Amino acid sequence: MGNAINGWPRLKNDLGVWEHRGKVAITGYGYSDIDRRWDGVSMDKTYGAYAVQSIQRCVEDSGLDYSEIDGLMVCPDMAGDTWSAEDRGTPRPYFDAPYDSEEGLTIVTSRWLIKALERAGTPLTGLKYIDDEASSIGQLTGKAAQTVGEGHAKHLLMFYGMGNVEGRYHLEEGRYSRGGRVWSAPWGWMTSAMMQHAFVFLQYCTKYGGSHDNLAPFVINQRRNGLLTPHGYYAVHEPYQITVEDYLTQRYIAWPCGLLDSDRPVNHGATFLFSHADTVKDMKQKAIYVLGHVQASYPSKSTMATLENHEYYTDDMVSRLYEAAGVTAADLDIFNPYDGFATFTQTYLEAFQWHGVKRGEAFDFYAGDIRAEGPHPFNTSGGNLGYGRTRTAMYTDIVEQLRGIAGPRQVNVKAETGACGQVTPGGNGHIFVSTAL
Amino acid sequence: MPKTIPVADELTKPFWDAINEKKLVLQSCSSCGRLQYPIRPNCWSCGKDRLGWREIEASRDGKIYGHILETMVVHDTRVVRRKGDVPFNVSVISLDEDPSINFLANLPGTTAHEAPQGAPVELIFEELEPGTFIHDWKVVGI
Repeated sequence: MGNAINGWPRLKNDLGVWEHRGKVAITGYGYSDIDRRWDGVSMDKTYGAYAVQSIQRCVEDSGLDYSEIDGLMVCPDMAGDTWSAEDRGTPRPYFDAPYDSEEGLTIVTSRWLIKALERAGTPLTGLKYIDDEASSIGQLTGKAAQTVGEGHAKHLLMFYGMGNVEGRYHLEEGRYSRGGRVWSAPWGWMTSAMMQHAFVFLQYCTKYGGSHDNLAPFVINQRRNGLLTPHGYYAVHEPYQITVEDYLTQRYIAWPCGLLDSDRPVNHGATFLFSHADTVKDMKQKAIYVLGHVQASYPSKSTMATLENHEYYTDDMVSRLYEAAGVTAADLDIFNPYDGFATFTQTYLEAFQWHGVKRGEAFDFYAGDIRAEGPHPFNTSGGNLGYGRTRTAMYTDIVEQLRGIAGPRQVNVKAETGACGQVTPGGNGHIFVSTAL
Repeated sequence: MPKTIPVADELTKPFWDAINEKKLVLQSCSSCGRLQYPIRPNCWSCGKDRLGWREIEASRDGKIYGHILETMVVHDTRVVRRKGDVPFNVSVISLDEDPSINFLANLPGTTAHEAPQGAPVELIFEELEPGTFIHDWKVVGI
């Protein structure tokens, strides 16, 4: 379903300033409740129910009437990527409509959402643009901005969720390995990001010095920021801080990467409203203008990409983002780089050169004052590690910081601009926003 | 615990056939000259599909060498058949003939957490079921 735009990604060098710089703004946001997993019985807590909830909260936040929304964009991947039918087993019991298939349980499509919103008494009657084709929120935010910039919608709702149901996933259970798994599973590892980033992290320590222990202050601060975010998973369900000892004695999964370096899947959704700048003057909320967006997709050269590869990838992406937004590193106030694994966030930090941090300097930076109220408020969202694996906490935090409503984690430094993105150095999308033009 | 057994498809069959003959062949791009592993439909470097096969020549002692870049240690694996093996090494091995090519290795004979970084390794072949082999690497001299 839909009429998605094509050829939109900004992947190349020398594209210059984004052609729609400042012509698109984020004018609303909404997040759902959050659980570790759907419990299998509470129909008001399904992945789909949380999608609806986040949209309703976003529209309410924006002050618009539902009829004024003319664009809808969702990422219909199965519950983010925490669902794999072959791992978790299908067919399985379904329920009465609208939960008579995977839709609403592990998948949310625009078609399902439109019907669900209609049933909820909040129909989107003015839709002209519908898009189900973006692959992750890093891509989604750029595409949403591009779509509005090109005039395909005046007010576009962008939903992204990460669902989670019972059971483990991505297991290799059989005697045989097939497809891409033949290059990793026989040696005891699945084709997942953890091993890749553990490897690059070790190369980082070899090149610049330091060890896994140097990540402790960063990971602890992520949890702290998450606990300062009242709608995050840890603040709601596990409201306790982790300590240095907890970190240093954690259970390893693939040394040097351990349990506390890894984000925990949750059941959650978030929605953002992208509006054309021509419409924002009389809107309820302060406009957060999109200054630029870029995407990155680098082919892996062999079994494992190397530190050298990742540093090149991120340097290239960041230079394109700064160019698109017409800014420099000194212009970036709120910075929420991705932390799906703690072992790769420094790659982004050093590429962005936020607060002057250059290659090889992240561990020293982590050892300084990176608290939200301090001089270097790093990743005030708490990221996936502190908030739960939503991949949207970084975006909601930027909205809250730039509006000045971040509560106990509101920064004391200037908060006019922000940047964040997803996912890994080899493939991602990033966005740069500002309340000032 | 036994390793999982790779199932070849049309694209990867020449590679696995060579492994079963205790040979290492990699894809070779006739457009840009790059070697490639893992096996893919297109060249990672130039994107073209003009890929043939090239056997990696052994040294005068009949062995193929690489060296250890870094070694992770698996304490919890989602590969069910390997759960009984934890903790075990997973090293990233750079091929001496072309350092841009890297492989995973379990370093049989080297205790977990004791893999010597940068050490030379040699290619070995492990029989997983009669006539079906897989490549691995072990530290030279072990």
